[in-house]
Amino acid sequence: MFTQQLINGLTLGGVYALIALGYTMVYGILELINFAHGEIYMLGAYLGIIFLAFFTAIGLTSYSLPLALILTFILSVVFCSSYGFTIEKIAYKPLRNAPRLSPLISAIGVSIFLQNYVMLTQGASDKIFPHLFEKTSIELMGTSVTYTQIFIIAVSTVLMFFLNLFITKTRTGKAMRAVAQDKMMSSLVGINIDTVISVTFIIGSGLAAVAGLMVAIYYGLVNYSIGYIAGIKAFTAAVLGGIGSIPGAMFGGILLGLVESLSAGYISSEYKDAYAFVILIIILLIKPSGLFGKTQEEKV
Amino acid sequence: MTSMVFLLEVRDLTKHFGGIRAIEEVRFRANEGSITSIIGPNGAGKTTLFNCLTGITSPTKGAISFSDREIAGLKPDSIVKLGLARTFQNIRLFKEMTVIENVMVSQHCRTKSGLLSAMLRSNRFKNEEKAISEKAIEYLELVGLESYAGVLACSLPYGSQKRLEIARVIATEPRLLLLDEPTAGMNPQETGEMMELIKKLQELGKTIILIEHDMKVVMGISENIIVLDHGVKIAEGIPSEIRSNPLVIEAYLGKEHSA
Amino acid sequence: MSRFTSTSYGNSPIHRFTHSLIIALWFSLLFFPFKGLEAAGILFVVLFTALFLLNILKRRRVSIKGTITNFKKYFSALKLPESKTRSIALIFLISTVVLTLPLYGHDYLIDIAVLSGIYIILAQGLNVVVGFTGLLNLGFVAFYAIGAYSYALLNTKLGIGFWTSMPLSLAVVTLSGFILAIPALRLRGDYLAIVTLGFGEIVRLVLNNWDSLTKGPNGISGIEPPYLFGMHIGRLSHFYYFILIFVLVAVFIIRRVADSRIGRAWIAIREDEIASSSIGINTTAYKLYSFAFGAFWAGVAGILFAAKMQFVSPESFTFMESVLILCMVILGGIGSIPGVILGAVILVMLPEMLREIQLYRMLALGSGLVMLMIFRPQGLIGGKGQ
Repeated sequence: MFTQQLINGLTLGGVYALIALGYTMVYGILELINFAHGEIYMLGAYLGIIFLAFFTAIGLTSYSLPLALILTFILSVVFCSSYGFTIEKIAYKPLRNAPRLSPLISAIGVSIFLQNYVMLTQGASDKIFPHLFEKTSIELMGTSVTYTQIFIIAVSTVLMFFLNLFITKTRTGKAMRAVAQDKMMSSLVGINIDTVISVTFIIGSGLAAVAGLMVAIYYGLVNYSIGYIAGIKAFTAAVLGGIGSIPGAMFGGILLGLVESLSAGYISSEYKDAYAFVILIIILLIKPSGLFGKTQEEKV
Repeated sequence: MTSMVFLLEVRDLTKHFGGIRAIEEVRFRANEGSITSIIGPNGAGKTTLFNCLTGITSPTKGAISFSDREIAGLKPDSIVKLGLARTFQNIRLFKEMTVIENVMVSQHCRTKSGLLSAMLRSNRFKNEEKAISEKAIEYLELVGLESYAGVLACSLPYGSQKRLEIARVIATEPRLLLLDEPTAGMNPQETGEMMELIKKLQELGKTIILIEHDMKVVMGISENIIVLDHGVKIAEGIPSEIRSNPLVIEAYLGKEHSA
Repeated sequence: MSRFTSTSYGNSPIHRFTHSLIIALWFSLLFFPFKGLEAAGILFVVLFTALFLLNILKRRRVSIKGTITNFKKYFSALKLPESKTRSIALIFLISTVVLTLPLYGHDYLIDIAVLSGIYIILAQGLNVVVGFTGLLNLGFVAFYAIGAYSYALLNTKLGIGFWTSMPLSLAVVTLSGFILAIPALRLRGDYLAIVTLGFGEIVRLVLNNWDSLTKGPNGISGIEPPYLFGMHIGRLSHFYYFILIFVLVAVFIIRRVADSRIGRAWIAIREDEIASSSIGINTTAYKLYSFAFGAFWAGVAGILFAAKMQFVSPESFTFMESVLILCMVILGGIGSIPGVILGAVILVMLPEMLREIQLYRMLALGSGLVMLMIFRPQGLIGGKGQ
């Protein structure tokens, strides 16, 4: 039981981590809680199904499943990143100098819009992800682990690894970190703030898209409302690890996944969703800066 | 006339922020009715000192007695109620309130009406509201802003905003006023007016401690000057002593010489 | 990339053309996977035409602002009575309409009006917390729910009537306001928002899952309407006046509190918490009062809601409800009491009146929020604040 929940937790955690990264990166740069980020994840899930259906329709899937999957991935990521980019330009950029409340409300507006956008275009009922992998599993440490789970854990780990590399080694990555620390100084040394912000949204949305796609594969069905709950949980994970901290988001995501699975297994699965909220409240009360964040005192 | 009564006594006040030693074992006293200036190069810890005195930060070590009460570590609003209030270096007015509302709300801790009397509009409530408005006008007249009463605070020119800050702090009926750079950014005429205002406040019985950079002001109105450098008090005395104190000169000029 | 970010239109028609073309193409492409080629094509054509026309209008310096200014000039040229007389006339007109509604309105209209009344009280309560004190509460619906459910439970399980339940329920709600406020006090704006959101959701989840007490998703039915002058206020028109009284009392009280030492302290806290503390306001205590006061009114609204619907279920108390109430406050203008009344009425009436385009209601709400923030953040009337 324990190992089973452990594997479940890691799988869930990987997904949460990927979404949490988007939250944390945007917050780090704009100090904005991007309420709409959860919806990007949902879009990724839907787009995955839509594209795969398309490829199946044109016979590509039966010809080569891996190829169809890869193309689906790529297209989902590209589209979601584009959505993220567009949303930033329309709903957040004009509000960069507005008081804190305004972009937050705007984000809520975008979230509402996207949910209903998908509901109207795709229908309110669940959308099914075609059954691809046979439910084959392997025996590992006394419990059965499905290939899907291994796939998810592997993909999340790889992506997190590459993101870390990107942030620490590349020029753009360093620019992102600079802007997160001090916007004004960064622009004064010649960093194009708009570009960095756009890149942040693009990467964050891309990661969320992958998360959505993998969840679609894992659960087999999606619904226009999955963005909201996943969004809250991923945000909890980001706060848990310290909002604004990228390693924090990764760590927080995995930790949250583990806590949720173990609690669902050992305490009660009915209140599954409540655990995230409870953890969120507890953290914000005890240490709002999270595990890896720094306590910021207001300068008088 | 030097009174033997110390209104404020600071003993071994220390504040560390993590590894940074903002102020280190600072001690001084302020007589009732005096004007003291605290000077020092930037980063000397002056504002931190004020923050500790007013409860915005808690000192790491040390004690502060105000009117024979220990106030170190108390919350800001409690300290204000005891009679110690401050202005801010970078003006923290209530921007979306009018000038007179700013002064009215500053009388908060000296007034009493609660939820019930507000809802019922008892006579006591109405009388108190009337008194609040009238007093607010008086305070505005003191700083010369009475004609701006209905104007939004954010639309005042800079010098007037500084004066509004003073009206606000006086409205809390303090015994000790801490003014954080009251003449910052002012031209010579405004600075002169501010000096007059500060002297007027002293005549009204207030004790004043200033943080200032403008030496004309410091030398012009202070009875006692305290010099901080790197969080430590390096000198204290009357203006003529400080002017010729080699340590003080080095602290200022030394900064200029080292790139 | 720069074509998307630049706002200056090129001088040549080609520039305008390509600009509109690219934007229309971009959005159509984004839309394409969701609704198919045909729909995307239509969107493309529509967008392109609209953008192109806008471009041309801008070029010709035909501005909307200009038209409005002209309109205003014509308007003022008509010899209308001066502003004071106008306000009195307006108030008289509105009062007449409101007071005589049940006489000429059909049941559906009265029903919406009753609902508006409940939301006005809700929005006023939230306005105290968000508008005056500047504390972003995204879980306000929790207090609404606690008010409604407490009356529901007291009535159906213990047989306690409306008037006896009221003080009990309100005590419970106000207490929960305090309880939520205590941890929330130390949190900065965004974090406070999230904690309150979490609280709202937890309340909903508990109501949904604690079957033995709350009957879970099935809700509690058979709640008694209030008992007045020897009869149950069952008839809709009677209930309308009943609610009207509550609304008037609520607005009256809140107005008085706002215009007092307490209200000023709240606004000061909103403007600058540290400065407020530094002039002697006990910010902790006043934030507590604000939360509790707001929760109180949400409780009132909740009890009225339960009494009117005679049925409560967790479905009525979702995060969306909190958002809706927040929108009413923002739409009307944060901090403005009449503005919030207007906001509440609009956001209740509008979707009902646009029943035919019901489906697109939420789309409109979402995009409306974004546009409101960008173009008129101070709301329709605009009060003391952002």
